[in-house]
Amino acid sequence: MAEFFAQTALLWPLGIPIAAAALCAALWSSPRAQRTASMAGLVLTLVASLLLLSQVLSDGIQVKQFGAWAAPFGISFMADPFGAAMVVISSLLALAAGVFGFADLRQRQVRSGFHPLFQGLTVGVNGAFLTGDIFNLYVWFEVMLITTLGLITLDRTRAQLDGAMKYAVLNLFSTILFLMAIGLLYGVTGTLNMADLARVLPQTEASSALGVAAMMFLLAFGIKAGFFPLFFWLPASYHTASIVVSAVFAGLLTKVGVYACFRVFTLLFEVEDGGIRTIVALVAAGTMLFGVLGAAVQWDVRRILSFHIISQIGYILLGLAIATPLALAGAIFYIIHHIIVKANLFFIAGAIHRATGTYDLRKAGGLMRSSPLLALLFLIPALSLAGIPPMSGFWAKFMVIDASFRGDAAWLAAVALFVGLLTVFSMSKIWIEAFWKEPPRAVERVRKVPLAMTAPIAVLCAVTVAIGFNPEPLIAFAGQAAETMGDRALFIAAVLQERHIAGATQ
Amino acid sequence: MNLVYAFAIAAQMGCGIYLLLSRHVVRVVLGILLLSAATNLLIFVSGGLINTAPPVISAGSETLGDQAANPLPQALILTAIVIGFALVAFAAALVLKTYRALGSVFTDHHNAAEAMGSPFVEESSNG
Repeated sequence: MAEFFAQTALLWPLGIPIAAAALCAALWSSPRAQRTASMAGLVLTLVASLLLLSQVLSDGIQVKQFGAWAAPFGISFMADPFGAAMVVISSLLALAAGVFGFADLRQRQVRSGFHPLFQGLTVGVNGAFLTGDIFNLYVWFEVMLITTLGLITLDRTRAQLDGAMKYAVLNLFSTILFLMAIGLLYGVTGTLNMADLARVLPQTEASSALGVAAMMFLLAFGIKAGFFPLFFWLPASYHTASIVVSAVFAGLLTKVGVYACFRVFTLLFEVEDGGIRTIVALVAAGTMLFGVLGAAVQWDVRRILSFHIISQIGYILLGLAIATPLALAGAIFYIIHHIIVKANLFFIAGAIHRATGTYDLRKAGGLMRSSPLLALLFLIPALSLAGIPPMSGFWAKFMVIDASFRGDAAWLAAVALFVGLLTVFSMSKIWIEAFWKEPPRAVERVRKVPLAMTAPIAVLCAVTVAIGFNPEPLIAFAGQAAETMGDRALFIAAVLQERHIAGATQ
Repeated sequence: MNLVYAFAIAAQMGCGIYLLLSRHVVRVVLGILLLSAATNLLIFVSGGLINTAPPVISAGSETLGDQAANPLPQALILTAIVIGFALVAFAAALVLKTYRALGSVFTDHHNAAEAMGSPFVEESSNG
């Protein structure tokens, strides 16, 4: 039995949410049963992903060939430490969102299909993290896209439909670019398996088709991840969704784009080639700077936080621009820290809305007196986002900025530090307006924040503080993950075990 | 042959991009439709355009012959068509719903989302 689970560890983080999604859809008429099935699915997915991570850490890269078609002909799934860690952290976040949903979800939203769509989103995200086939990655992107569109338009308000329209058009455009890039890449190399591509591409002569394909990958993932000149859809749509949905989007979706970008530009292409490094560096600086500047004038908590997603993506991209093992480790650390902190800030925005009845900071206030616990819980992720020690954000920023000084990119480090300062400005704006100032309307009925909201916020805060006070294990892990991620030979050896078959693609 | 296809795909993508830049949301959806069709053609061409036999393994042998066509691009295109169909169908429904809710098909009238918490809008709604 144990051996069976060990052999199929790679499949459970996908299989469980698929089963849960089907079950939730079958239980359509009974919201309560849907909730039970959904929670069971989320807990089991977290357990399965933890098992997968422990197996990856003890045995190295895990590979599964679907339908027993030998690589590179069939579809391979693979889990390296980076991918497995992403699955764990996204499952943890999904579970936190599920618990938060107890207090936040309305009956009408469940009746619009929240649970099946949410499980479907988990399938898409985990699939994107675990696949070893570039076309299969496209399919998972589309699974994510269609479920997120359903989740954004859960209430069908005017703002949601408007946001969903922008989200749909730009993300459809991005997946079309992605598909074109795959088509061009296939035309040049004749293979779609990522490990096989990693083997074939260094021997392939540089051609214009390859250059165009690389640029299209960057553009497609850039739209998904919210890179600098391509991010405008993000703050126009994320804040309109229900807060559970917004939190999961904020934590996960852009990071899937970043993850794909890291995979493609470490395994398939080199950032050194054809000036990609310069482009990525400029984009990273622009992403950091314009994200944080956009946040400065906004008054809706969710819009401020949406703009901050973009500026934080810039820091992660900084790691790819430097592309030394140290910088990649910093970026991995940053992604893990950021997923937790950003989702948590959105959860807190939901709690602020529950307590004051508004997301608009001009109308909120007085929370310091009415819910001091919430104020404390806000402070932890807010300070962490700004990079104040001893929170997790300090170590994350320290690692990427240290790497950029060592990588002769001091100007990027300067931008990063300046943006950190502006982040403090936005966070203190939320603090002053929502928590510190007197409520603008005198007769304010203070509503209690339910435990189902406080509990996931507190757990995520605890993770942030734990990373902050004891960063050593995570830094060591990020170093190991970055080393594996940058080593093509490891992937090629793990996926293409049968050499004589691999040779047949020549 | 490749050149003819290249020009055809370029023309189709040009039309798609042109429609995508329109303010009219129905045109935008049609633009997406054209672009995804052109992408399918692109995959088809990059799979190689040569006169070949159908990819059927003849009795007695275990592998395809040298002259057989590559079946993979067709499998890719089929997948992409199905996915594209589903997403365009959803987008069409979304356009209809947006038109009914916001009362306009022009994107410059669609500003309900960005008005939230904007410093330039006095009293914003909380959707």
